[in-house]
Amino acid sequence: MTEADCPECGSTVALHDDLEIGEILDCGTCGAELEVVDVSPPVLERAPELQEDWGE
Amino acid sequence: MKIGILYSRIRRDEKLLLGELRDRGHDVEKLDVRTLQFGLHGVSAGGVDVGDCDVVLDRCLATSRSLYATKFLQHYGVPVVNAPETAETCANKVKNSLALDAADVPTPATEVAFTSDAALEIIERFGYPCVLKPVIGSWGRLMAKIDTRSAAEAVLEHKETLGHYEHKVFYVQEFVEKPGRDVRVLACDGEPVAAMTRTSDHWLTNAAKGGETAAFDLDEEATELVEKASAAVGGGLLGVDLMEVGGAGSGEYTVHEVNHTVEFKALDGCVDVDVPAAVVDWLELKADVAAEAAAV
Repeated sequence: MTEADCPECGSTVALHDDLEIGEILDCGTCGAELEVVDVSPPVLERAPELQEDWGE
Repeated sequence: MKIGILYSRIRRDEKLLLGELRDRGHDVEKLDVRTLQFGLHGVSAGGVDVGDCDVVLDRCLATSRSLYATKFLQHYGVPVVNAPETAETCANKVKNSLALDAADVPTPATEVAFTSDAALEIIERFGYPCVLKPVIGSWGRLMAKIDTRSAAEAVLEHKETLGHYEHKVFYVQEFVEKPGRDVRVLACDGEPVAAMTRTSDHWLTNAAKGGETAAFDLDEEATELVEKASAAVGGGLLGVDLMEVGGAGSGEYTVHEVNHTVEFKALDGCVDVDVPAAVVDWLELKADVAAEAAAV
């Protein structure tokens, strides 16, 4: 288990070992939706806003 | 085998697929559509070579990106699933309805108008309740169940005043009385992998809206409809949505939608079938077929 800082609230986010670039996570403290932009070391950024044509 | 995954976000669905592909020893090329630049003769930036992929699976979250990226890949001669033609039909509810009807697949009564006055006439003729849907959209967003004329007038005015031009294509559909649930079937070229019901007290039962999921055994009628609906939109890895018009277990269905970048994590969690393994089985088959076709 690794960890990284939430770019929104600064708290520590616990991360699984099988982390993928592009993966979406929620910060357990502030609830922000985060995207993994690097895995070694892990770096998180705020995930892109929901777009109108997303999802199925 | 080298398999490309076109994506913009790695959801649980994509993680399941990536895990299965790597467990089988495939060379996986993650293709982040946000970094790629598509030239007329090939991907011009992004540090990847898509040309040597045996097959590319489109998992773009955004419909628009799916449509254009798959079109370019097809133009380069890269085998891609789903095909852009399938995406184009599935992404648009008007095209989806027309394709289903043309293939004699039962689908809810649907009419389209381009002004609020004309749409109101359809709604009044359909009677209340009826449903107003965006032509392009997912996860149950911007769906309106219209219960009264005053509600219809309000929603139509809002759409006409606030909406993007696509929201001025008014897609009106009969309200189908369903037994508190609908049925989602994941199918590979028309062959069902697994199915589930999505149940909710709300009229929208989407898993994305919190609908409760449970495994569902397909009967002969549903299996046949899934095959026909899949063929109607051009085949591929699809999510076929059915409603039981005669009540739960009646064996009478209407197909209201076919989805082309189908999410399956909820399905994988409620059925005994290993869904990502079945999808990868099919993907390997598609790559083999593409390789054979290229060798001829």
